Amino acid sequence: MMLNKNNILLETKNITKTFGGIHAIEDVNLHINKGEINALIGPNGAGKTTLFNCITGFYPPTKGRIIFNGEDITGLKPHQIAETGMARTFQNIRLFAEMTVMENILIGSQCRYRMTLLGAILNDKRTKNEEREISRKALQYLRFTGLSKFANHLARNLSYGDQRRLELARALATEPKLLLLDEPAAGMNLNETKGLMELIKKIKDEEITILLIEHDMRMVMKIADTITVLDHGIKIAEGTPKEVQKNEKVIEAYIGRRRRTA
Amino acid sequence: MLLQQIINGLTIGSVYALIALGYTMVYGILQLINFAHGEIYMIGAYMGIIAITFFIYIGLPDISIALTLVLTFLAAIIFTGAYGITLERVAYRPLRNAPRLSILISAIGMSIVLQNYVMLAQGARDKIFPHELKIGGELIIADAHITYTQVLIMALSVLMMSGLTWFIKKTKVGMAMRATAQDRRMAGLLGINTDRIIVITFLIGSILAGAAGVMISMYYGIVNFYMGYTAGIKAFTAAVLGGIGNIPGAMLGGILLGLLEALGAGYISSEYKDVFAFAVLVLVLIFKPTGLLGERISDKV
Repeated sequence: MMLNKNNILLETKNITKTFGGIHAIEDVNLHINKGEINALIGPNGAGKTTLFNCITGFYPPTKGRIIFNGEDITGLKPHQIAETGMARTFQNIRLFAEMTVMENILIGSQCRYRMTLLGAILNDKRTKNEEREISRKALQYLRFTGLSKFANHLARNLSYGDQRRLELARALATEPKLLLLDEPAAGMNLNETKGLMELIKKIKDEEITILLIEHDMRMVMKIADTITVLDHGIKIAEGTPKEVQKNEKVIEAYIGRRRRTA
Repeated sequence: MLLQQIINGLTIGSVYALIALGYTMVYGILQLINFAHGEIYMIGAYMGIIAITFFIYIGLPDISIALTLVLTFLAAIIFTGAYGITLERVAYRPLRNAPRLSILISAIGMSIVLQNYVMLAQGARDKIFPHELKIGGELIIADAHITYTQVLIMALSVLMMSGLTWFIKKTKVGMAMRATAQDRRMAGLLGINTDRIIVITFLIGSILAGAAGVMISMYYGIVNFYMGYTAGIKAFTAAVLGGIGNIPGAMLGGILLGLLEALGAGYISSEYKDVFAFAVLVLVLIFKPTGLLGERISDKV
């Protein structure tokens, strides 16, 4: 794999996270190139979500540094990390269920605009212009994800697949450079997965880098440019889908050690 | 008689509603019962009297009574707002990730601290609302006497509650508050500075309570350092009655509780006035713990 220093968007240096003495992830070095779709795979409990949580500031890593877009973001608060241009979705859907589809997206766009209590109360011209701009963009994201007709529906009334789409739209509304997707295809049927893959490719075309955790290997092999494999909190392989498929350690981690024949 | 009691009930009910809003908003975002909230209301009442005394000293009421009242309300809400923000900084933020019980104990502690602080600073005796600023006069509608103070209290409460509703529903900050209440961590990940939203929540709650404090001191003409305790528990009851965490619920709960109290006092016995409120609290907790407008308690992961 080519490692061009200028082309790296996200880099983790020896990220370690321990929970009461147990190493959830240990010394993980990750390099994410700009503009690529990267997949993070590994058996259950490999530490994939933990790595996501450390990167997005959900909790700080025990050790190690996270460099995003040339900037050290280790220990920043989640909302500060969001401002640097990182967005994520979760394994389980975490929409604001009691708000409308439109409002969910508007919440996402907020971090790109300064909001002041005074501006909100006075409702001055600048605030109004900003709000118009935000709404215009929100409609754009609705179209992009094909949710336009649901704009005024409550998020909880959407179908499962559409809720997943809305999560993506909301994450996109924060105008990220890097999008982290935690098992976006989980619980989707074949058709929905296909639609999702197309959407992810469309996002890539918008020059947004993607890091995704996924168990659906067919999907991973099809859309990922590079793959990183974790097992028991340790990075055991990285490379293109072809390279990873052939990697002995990976096969071992997934299927188990080949029985030695006597 | 009935109309009179309804008017009295609406008056006191709107004050309960204003205080209850502070409980319910903080609960909605932090799942914390801010037991020191009643004290913020008490401080609002004291601040009103202090401000008015000062304004009388500089002779402002001679120029304009209306202006004096406006400035009094402003002074009171600025101070209670500052108290609310300080309370959050000092007593709650350091415990943000502590077990919930610790914050609750911190809240009870702050309540005691504030009560005693006001007692030491202002003396243990009741303070009287300066009679120079009492609004005289009343409307008489079919045997019922509605004082102008009552009209002022109801009008101001309606104004503030509609203002709050607009703020929560229509503004960006209001939307961020709703998002934070539904899923604080997700809101953070989407770039909302949730610490700031929490501060704003305390600020708004304290402003409403401060205004309520001034109004009640105008209405009863008397304040003391322990007045926040009973009012706080009643407003909390109102919040539970409407469904804790639910903003329209707090308004409804406050008004209903006020009506119930006034009707109970008028038709049964005024000695048992407080009993009605607490009986309601017990009954609601037994039969409908989610309150009138409350949603089912969702299990948060």
